[in-house]
Amino acid sequence: MSAPRRPADPSGLERYYVLTGGRSGPGGSASTLDVATLVVSRAVPLPGMQHEHEEILRRCREPLSVAELGAHLHLPFNILAVLLSDLLQAGRVEARDPIPAHDAGRGADLALLEEVLSGLQRL
Amino acid sequence: MDFKGFDRPGAPAAGDTRSVKVMIAGGFGTGKTTMVRSVSDIKPLTTEETLTQASAGVDHLIGVADKTQTTVSLDFGKISLNDTLMLYLFGTPGQERFWFLWNGLFKGALGAVVLVDTRRLASSFRAIEEMERQRVPFVIALNVFPDSRDHPVEEIRDALDVPPHTPVVAFDARDRAASRDVLVTLVRHLKDRSAAALEPR
Repeated sequence: MSAPRRPADPSGLERYYVLTGGRSGPGGSASTLDVATLVVSRAVPLPGMQHEHEEILRRCREPLSVAELGAHLHLPFNILAVLLSDLLQAGRVEARDPIPAHDAGRGADLALLEEVLSGLQRL
Repeated sequence: MDFKGFDRPGAPAAGDTRSVKVMIAGGFGTGKTTMVRSVSDIKPLTTEETLTQASAGVDHLIGVADKTQTTVSLDFGKISLNDTLMLYLFGTPGQERFWFLWNGLFKGALGAVVLVDTRRLASSFRAIEEMERQRVPFVIALNVFPDSRDHPVEEIRDALDVPPHTPVVAFDARDRAASRDVLVTLVRHLKDRSAAALEPR
């Protein structure tokens, strides 16, 4: 079976339109995606899958941030978010948001900051 | 089973890996990308957000042709803090007017480093204002360029009008250890803030 082909003109709005089926923004769980959200595959690529979906599953065998995925796949954040939302809804990937700075008005978790600090000091 | 072949023996379970992010802000040409490059474990990468707007007053027949694209780029790097914790560093776009276009750019960041070129203090005013407006805790790092005059830190603190508890340090963004130390200063500052927030009033 042959892999899906890339559009002849692999840049610009036409390409993005084709990739996302004309959808402009993700819905549901993907709308909270951050550039530092880690994505990890929970399934193997299926035959006949959209090329970009397959590529995401392949690259995310190890957790990879949305920013890294975007850089490797040459896709802007908003387009990638639409593709990730498909995979999230199908349960094919898992996403983990960065640990936020504030938790209901309190400062960041001291234990986390301690962990970050010792990691930096080992550099 | 779907997971087969994905988990390697001895490797931490993928689901355990966590990330934190720190923003590197500052005016155009203050050394944001230089700092990201000097501390990152990976070759810095660029990710983009494409913003599409319908352009007013222009008549086109085909849908895609009447839109304009603005691309906002973020240079970023990564530091493995330990087996399960990744620190992502994002250099903000030089033109601050684009920041608001990237939805939630600062949300979820532990904090920010605002880089200042002491020869052009004003170029970082906007970045400082933006951190204050978005309530992102930050430290000021004076990137010392070869022809920078020696500026006393307190004098610069006054000129930048930052609160007394905000750390202001001088460093060379090209130097890995110096850039690492700026991040250490930021995390210590965050710890102090957290500790202060936990104290009874």
